[in-house]
Amino acid sequence: MGKLFAAVVFVITLISVAIFAMHTWWLPIDISTTGPAVDRQMNDTLIGTGVLFLAGQLVLAIFVWGSSNRASGRKIKIFPGGATPLVTAAIILVGLEILTLTFVGSKAWGAIYLAPPAANSLKIDVQAEQFAFYFRYAGPDGQFGALHPDKIDDGSGNYFGLDPANDIAARDDIVVGSLAVPVNRPIELTLHSKDVGHSFYVRELRVQQDFVPGLDIPLHFTATQTGKFEIVCTQLCGLGHYNMKAYLEVMPEDQWEQWLKSQSGQ
Amino acid sequence: MRSRYFTALAVAALLGSGMLVFAKPPAGSGSITGKVTYTGTPPKMKPIDMSKEPSCAKQHATPVLTENVATGPGSALQWVVVYISAGDQGSTAPSQAVRYDQKGCQYLPHVLPMQVNQGLQIYNDDQTSHNIHPLSKVNAEWNKSQPPGSPPIDTKYDKPEFIPVKCNIHPWMHGYFIVLNTSHYAVSGEDGSFDIKGLPPGKYTVTAWQEQYPAQSQEVTISGSEAKTANFVFKVLPY
Repeated sequence: MGKLFAAVVFVITLISVAIFAMHTWWLPIDISTTGPAVDRQMNDTLIGTGVLFLAGQLVLAIFVWGSSNRASGRKIKIFPGGATPLVTAAIILVGLEILTLTFVGSKAWGAIYLAPPAANSLKIDVQAEQFAFYFRYAGPDGQFGALHPDKIDDGSGNYFGLDPANDIAARDDIVVGSLAVPVNRPIELTLHSKDVGHSFYVRELRVQQDFVPGLDIPLHFTATQTGKFEIVCTQLCGLGHYNMKAYLEVMPEDQWEQWLKSQSGQ
Repeated sequence: MRSRYFTALAVAALLGSGMLVFAKPPAGSGSITGKVTYTGTPPKMKPIDMSKEPSCAKQHATPVLTENVATGPGSALQWVVVYISAGDQGSTAPSQAVRYDQKGCQYLPHVLPMQVNQGLQIYNDDQTSHNIHPLSKVNAEWNKSQPPGSPPIDTKYDKPEFIPVKCNIHPWMHGYFIVLNTSHYAVSGEDGSFDIKGLPPGKYTVTAWQEQYPAQSQEVTISGSEAKTANFVFKVLPY
């Protein structure tokens, strides 16, 4: 029985490792300038944890195999007690690994969340609400109108709370339900939430950031490939959370300018 | 003894049926027709992006527009409720329920008038879940989830009120329940016209209600089976 268990552990371990080694379920394509650093970090993490997983499981299988025919009555070492040096060594080893990954990974994280956005960034405002995302462009005047939460009125499409009657800058602001951006241009988003916590996640951008009501949270990225990608809310926000999504459309610059013009005409 | 009991019962039945007859409002044949128009520049209605709900988006060849100031040719103003706000005798609610549809991620009709205690049936005709939330303040407030294929919600309102309706899932969905004390009302069509029929002779206050602009009233006196005209003009602003 012990030998069978050892064989099962061995087979499961090999299959698990093979699934990762062969990239069977791998990461989606990366369309962001900061993505490679994130993927590299993910790769390093998988190798580090994978080696330890493989080693740990194989040692387990070997011990089970070797001990399967032994007569019982051997004294089992328990913790705390006889096994203390072994357990301490394991904690130090795993702890060091996690600390190393954190230190190395903070560079990738910092490049996304701590570095300032490029000076020529295109600024876009994002409003999250139960259960949709809305995006605001400054319009031809390049100025965003001020936000007045008391003026928010979904029925007339005023998702941001603009006051065009008194605020000239707000009159040409373009508010749409999809995020269209020019390729290879740095984008700077400002995330607002109308109601509860939400999250902005585009897997192909390798970017994920929570919305917090009351805070204006900056987030920047540069998309390097054209195409249509899904933006999903990854913070459970209520009944319709499953349904809260929008699309990111990365377009060539000229096409994007045309798109923006067509939106401002409305 | 027995016969006296029957007599009492018969008298009660007679009285009861008589009261029913008297409670019914006198049927009239007067009418008030007219047109609702606007002056000024109306705000541009915004296209609604339904791309996150493909089953709804594909039902609309061109994007649906917001309907808070719906205009038509000839400066017509649509979705204005014109009703008798004073002078009406009052009447019991008709047995026929009114129907409200959630279709293509829109509320149809955008503005639904009904009488106090009249049945209201709310259908989900879409392949997606809706969660209708009438924001009533005088009547009891509720919201109900309706996955695709759910039976209609059967309800009614027992107090007159103008109730904004929203969907808790699709923020762009917006409509109104107009619960009225009168059976004499109409909603202006795409051409701005309305027609209130069946009015008995009397002195009435006719009120026109629009969701964004202040309501207006006019006095109209009907004698015999007169057909009177009442037009309403709303002053609109671009912003």
